[in-house]
Amino acid sequence: MRRKSALAAAATAALALVLSACGGGGGGTQQQPAQSASGGAAQPVADAALTQVYNPSTKKGGTLKAAHSGDWDSLDPADTYYGYSFNFGRLYWRTLTMYKPGPGPEGNTVIPDLAESLGEPSSDGKSWTYKIKQGVKFEDGTPITSKDVAYAVARSFDKETFPHGPSYLNELLAWPEDFKGVYKTPDADYSSAVETPDDQTIVFKLKKPFASMDYVVQMPMTAPVPKDKDTGAKYREKVVSSGPYKFESNEIGKRFALVRNDQWDPATDPNRPALPDRIEVQLNVNADDLDNQLISGDIHLDIPGTGLQPAALGKVLPDPALKARTDNPVIPRLWFVSVIPEAPPLDNVECRKAVLWAADRVANQTAYGGPVAGGDIATNVMPPPVVGQEKFDLYQTPENKGDVEKAKQALAACGHPDGFETTMTYRAERPREKALAEAMQQALAKVNIKLTLKGFPASSYFSDYAGNVEYQKKNKIGLAGHGWGSDWPDGYGFMQAIVDSRTIRDAGNYNLSVKSDKVDSLIDQASGELDATARGKLWVDVDKAVMEDASILPVVWAKALLLRGEGVTNVAYNEGQSMYDYILLGVE
Amino acid sequence: MLTYIIRRFIGAIAMLIIISMVTFGIFFVVPQWAGSSPEALASRYVGRAATEETVALVAERLGFNDPVIVQYGRFVKGIFVGAEYDYGAGVEQCPAPCFGYSFISGQPVWPDLLDRMPVTFSLAIGAAFLWVVGGVFVGVVSALRRGTLFDRLSMGTALAGVSLPIFFTGMVTLVVFSYGLGWTPPGGSWTDFTVNPGEWAYNLLLPWITLAFLFAATYARLTRAGMLETMGEDYIRTARAKGLRERDVVVKHGLRAALTPILTLFGIDFGLLIGGAVLTETTYTLPGLGQFAILAIRNQDLPQVMGVVLFAACFVVIASLVVDLLYAWVDPRVRLS
Amino acid sequence: MSFLDVKDLKIHFPTDDGLVRSVDGLTFSLERGRTLGIVGESGSGKSVTSLGILGLHKGGRAQISGEIWLDGEDLVSMPAEQVRGLRGKKMAMIFQDPLSSMHPYYTVGHQIIEAYRIHHDVSKQVARKHAIDLLGRVGIPEPARRVDSYPHEFSGGMRQRAMIAMALSCDPELLIADEPTTALDVTVQAQILDLMRDLQREFNSALIIITHDLGVVAELSDDILVMYAGKCVEYGTADDIFYRPEHPYTWGLLGSMPRLDREPTDRLLPIKGSPPSLINVPQGCAFHPRCPYSERTEGRASAEVPDLAPTERGHLVRCHLPRAERRELWENEIKPVLETQ
Repeated sequence: MRRKSALAAAATAALALVLSACGGGGGGTQQQPAQSASGGAAQPVADAALTQVYNPSTKKGGTLKAAHSGDWDSLDPADTYYGYSFNFGRLYWRTLTMYKPGPGPEGNTVIPDLAESLGEPSSDGKSWTYKIKQGVKFEDGTPITSKDVAYAVARSFDKETFPHGPSYLNELLAWPEDFKGVYKTPDADYSSAVETPDDQTIVFKLKKPFASMDYVVQMPMTAPVPKDKDTGAKYREKVVSSGPYKFESNEIGKRFALVRNDQWDPATDPNRPALPDRIEVQLNVNADDLDNQLISGDIHLDIPGTGLQPAALGKVLPDPALKARTDNPVIPRLWFVSVIPEAPPLDNVECRKAVLWAADRVANQTAYGGPVAGGDIATNVMPPPVVGQEKFDLYQTPENKGDVEKAKQALAACGHPDGFETTMTYRAERPREKALAEAMQQALAKVNIKLTLKGFPASSYFSDYAGNVEYQKKNKIGLAGHGWGSDWPDGYGFMQAIVDSRTIRDAGNYNLSVKSDKVDSLIDQASGELDATARGKLWVDVDKAVMEDASILPVVWAKALLLRGEGVTNVAYNEGQSMYDYILLGVE
Repeated sequence: MLTYIIRRFIGAIAMLIIISMVTFGIFFVVPQWAGSSPEALASRYVGRAATEETVALVAERLGFNDPVIVQYGRFVKGIFVGAEYDYGAGVEQCPAPCFGYSFISGQPVWPDLLDRMPVTFSLAIGAAFLWVVGGVFVGVVSALRRGTLFDRLSMGTALAGVSLPIFFTGMVTLVVFSYGLGWTPPGGSWTDFTVNPGEWAYNLLLPWITLAFLFAATYARLTRAGMLETMGEDYIRTARAKGLRERDVVVKHGLRAALTPILTLFGIDFGLLIGGAVLTETTYTLPGLGQFAILAIRNQDLPQVMGVVLFAACFVVIASLVVDLLYAWVDPRVRLS
Repeated sequence: MSFLDVKDLKIHFPTDDGLVRSVDGLTFSLERGRTLGIVGESGSGKSVTSLGILGLHKGGRAQISGEIWLDGEDLVSMPAEQVRGLRGKKMAMIFQDPLSSMHPYYTVGHQIIEAYRIHHDVSKQVARKHAIDLLGRVGIPEPARRVDSYPHEFSGGMRQRAMIAMALSCDPELLIADEPTTALDVTVQAQILDLMRDLQREFNSALIIITHDLGVVAELSDDILVMYAGKCVEYGTADDIFYRPEHPYTWGLLGSMPRLDREPTDRLLPIKGSPPSLINVPQGCAFHPRCPYSERTEGRASAEVPDLAPTERGHLVRCHLPRAERRELWENEIKPVLETQ
C-alpha cells in the first residue's frame, strides 16, 4: 500500500512540476525586485543573484574553492540524495535531462542534457524513449551509449548497496520479479524495466502510465556508469566522469579535487559554461570557520547552501558591505511544532487548538533568528515557494503574539480550564530549536499549560526519540519541534511526508502528529486529480484540514541567508535547486 | 621490571576490552531502552524518505538483527582474524586488525585511523614542544622573579589561558591572523611532513600556538609552584655552596626536581592528545583523530567510534605506562619501593 | 692579619614585620690549622654568620655590612661572581641533615664529581677517581661501588661522611661545618668528630664548627665564640670557655651539655625562657630577661647594651656584672654544681 502511494508521489510531483513550468512559474519566490542597476557590473547589492546572473562572465580558468561543513552521503550518482549533491554532481555527471540553469522561475523547467531531446512517451504513456547525443564520452574517451545509462539505472536498484539514493525508479519501472540488482543477480534480464534497442536509444518501461518522466530522469540515477569500471559501494571512491570535470583526487571524508575532463565536448553541452580549470572541495570544515573563510574570500562556495551560521549572521547583517553580498530567498522549508494527539489531553482537538492559540508567533520567529536569518511567520503548512500555495490564517491573534482568551476558551471546551502538563522535545544541538521550545514554554505558561523541555541528539531524534512511535507514546511527548523541506516544490512533494498518516512507521517518522482520515482522503483526492489548478486547490484544502486538526503549529517559512563568495563570477540563485546554480560559477 | 611491564600490559588489555564493551553497550543498549528496533537503528544510515524495504535491507546488511553479543563477537573477531566486506560488485578482505567498515561511507576504519594519525601526532608534538618549553620557561622565570611585573603578567595570562576555551581562542586567532592579517593559512590547511616540512610547520603554526597556549598556562603555573618549593630546599643551598653557577643551580638542581610532577602530567596530556585533540582539530578543521572522533559520534558511525575510542585508549594506556617507567628513571627513590 | 678576619659583621633582613638583625656586629678571626667553635641556641645567628661568610645569606634583600677578610681579600666588597669562584674551592661548607642537603635525584658520586669539576677542568673519569678516593678517605667502605649510590641508599653517618667528602673535594682552606653531628646518634657523632679532626690536621685548613652543643666543640676547638641574639657574648680559647667562663649564658650552656650518663632533659642549670625574637631584641642586655643575675646590675641590664670587654687574658665577655662578681659567682655557685657529677 505504502509503495503504491510513494509511486503516486513521484508521479504527481513530477507532473506538477511540468505543469508549473509550462504555466510560466506559478511558484515564483521572488517578491523583491532586482536592485542591481546594470546586470553586468559587479557592484555588490543584496539579493542581486535572485533574479539575474550576478557578476556574469565567460572567462575561463582559475580554481574554485568550495567547502562543506559536513560530508556527502556519497559521491556515487546512485547513492546520493541531497539537493546540493544533485546540484554539484552535474559538474562530473550528465543525466538524460536537467533543470534549466540560471535565475528566476525558469530554473524550474527541465531541458535535455545527455538526451537529444525530452522523452518520447508511448501512446499508452507506459514507456518513455530517449535518444543519447552523438559524441558524448566518458573521461577515458569511451563513447557513452544508452547501455551505460541503462546499466546505471539497473545498478541503482540495489538499495542494500546504495541505501541513500532516491527510490523513484525502483517504484516506477516494471522490474522483473526475481531482480535483486546487478550484483546479486548479475545475469538477470531487466529489459522489462529498461531496454536499449541500440547504442543511442534507451526505453523506460513503466508499471503504469506516467506523464512526467523527464523530471525523474534529471535525477542522478540516469548518470551513465561504465559497467567494467563499476565497483559497487566502492564506486564512490572513483566515479567515472561524464561531465566537464573529472576527479583528480578523492580523500573520503577530507577533500577531493576536480580537474577538466578533456573528453567532455562543449559542443554536446550548451548548458555548462565550465569556467574554472579546477575545483577543490574541502569536507568537514568547521561551520563557523567556513563562514569566516567565505567572508574573507579564502573559499568561494559553501556547498550545502543552507545559509550562514548564527555567529556569522551577527557579523554580516550589521555590516553594509557584507550585507550587500547576501541573497535572502524564501526556500521551500517549514520549521514547525508537531502537536501530538497520542499524548492526552492533546487527543482532544480543542486542547490542541489551545496550544495554537496560545503560541506567540513573534517570539517563535525570534527564536528562529528573526525575519532575515530565520524566515517569515508561517500561518499554514505549505511555504510560499510551493506551487499553488495559498496563505491563510485560521488562528489570527493580535500582532501575532497569541491570544490568551481564545486559548482559555479552547481549554474550557476541552475540559481542562485549569491547563495541563506535557513534554516538548527538540534537537539538543540546535540552539534555534531550543530557543523555540523555551519560547513555547513561556507562551503556554500564560494559559497554565506547563511544558517540560527535553533535548535529544539530532542524529537519532527521528529514529529513537521524537520520530519513534513507541518512545513517543511511552514518554507522553505532546510537542516536538522540527522542520521539513521538500524535494519538489509542489503540494505532494512538500506535504505527503509530514501529513499523510499512512506514511507513519515504527521509527524514523517525519509525520509525528497528523493522523486524520479527512486529511488522508483529501491527499488521495489531490493525488488523483489531473488538472493542475484543481489539484493545487485540493492541496490547499489539505493544508486547511491540517490546520483545523491543529496537529501542526507552523513556526516559520524558512529563508536562507546566502553569501556570495568573493571573486566568484556568474552567480545566480536557481529555484529548482533552491541554491546558487553550481554549474554556472566561475572565478575572477 | 619485566614482570611489572607484563602485568601492566595485561591490565591494559583488560581495560581495552572493558572500554570496547562499554562503547558497544552505549551504542546498542541505550537506544534499546528508548524502545528502538533494528530498523530504527538502521534508519540512521539510509537516505531521506527511504522506503521500509531499504531500511530492512540496511538493518540486515549491518547485522542489527543479530543479538548484541553476536555483533560484539563479530567485532572482536574482526580485530583478531579479520573480516570480509561485501561491496556489491565483490568482496573485500579486511585483514586483522580489522575495526570494521564505516556504516556511512563503507570505508575500512583501520586505514583511516592510521591515515589520520600523522595529523594528530604532528599537532601534538609541535604543541607539546611549545608548551613545555614556553610553560616551563615562564614558570621558572616567574618563580625566580616572584612578585615582579613579569610574574604577575605571566601568571595573569596563564589564568586566561587555562580559562579560555580553544574553540574561542582558535576562532579569534584565525580571524585575526589568517583572515585579517593574512600571516597564517586559513583553517583546514594541512601538508604532510614528508611532502614539505616547511609547509607542514607553517600550516600547523596557529593550531600549535593556540593549543600550546592552553597547556603552557597550566605548565607555567605548575612549574612556578614547583620551582618555588624546590628552590627553598636544602640541596639548592648545597649546590650554591659548591660554587655552582646560578644558572646550573636553577636548571640542574632546581628544575630537575621541580619537573618530576610535570613529567607525569605531560605523559598523560600527551597521551590524551595523541588520541585526538578534539577541539583543536575541529576548530582548525585538521583531519586528525579528534575530528574523526567527533564526526564518528555525530554520525553515530559505530565502527568508527569503536575504532577511534580504542585507538585513543591505547595511547592513554601506553602513555601512563611510559610515565610510570620514566618516573622510576627520573626519581631514583621510586626504584627501590 | 689572620687567615680569616671578620670585622663588625652585620647581616640584617628587612621583613614585613620589621628588621631582623640576625648578625649584629660580629668580630672574630681564625688562622689556618685552627678550629673555631661558634655556639648558641637556634636563632642566635650562628648559621647566618656562616652563610654570610660564603655569600649564601638568603635573597637579594639581605643587608650585609662589615668586613670578611679571607686570605687578604674582603668577601663583602667582592663581586658576587668572584665569591662564587671561591665557594667550594677556597671555602666549603658541611651542612646539617645531609639527607635534605644532598640532591635526591643524583648519585653521591655525581654530586662530588660536580663539586670537583666546577673548580677543576678535568674529565669525568679523573673526577670520578678523585671522588672514589675521597669517599675512601672519609671512611666509606667499598667506595668504588658506593660512589654510584643515591643519598637515600646511605645510612645517616655515611651520608654525613659523603657530605664531608663533597666539601673536601677541592681541598678548601676554610671549612665550615654547620651542626655536623646533630642528626646522628651518639657513637656516630664521635666517629664523625674524629674524622673531622683528622682531616683538618691532614689538610691544615681553618675550621669553623657551628653548634648549639658545647660538647661537640669541647675536644675540637681552639677558640670558642658564644652567640646570643646576633651578638657575641663571650669569645675566648676553649680553656677560657670551659674553665673560666664569665657570662651567665655560657654557664647555662655548660649546664645544658648532654652527658652520656644523664637524660637529656635533666639539666643542671637550665636557662629559663626561650631565645628572643630577632625583631624585638630586648632593650639593654639582650639576655637580661633570662638572666638570674640581672637585678645585680642596678638597672643597667635593661637600659644599656653591655660592651664586649676583654679580661686581662684577652678573653672577651659582654656583661654588666662587675668582673669580680662574675668570677665569684663562677667559683662559688656555678662550678661546684657542674662538678657534682
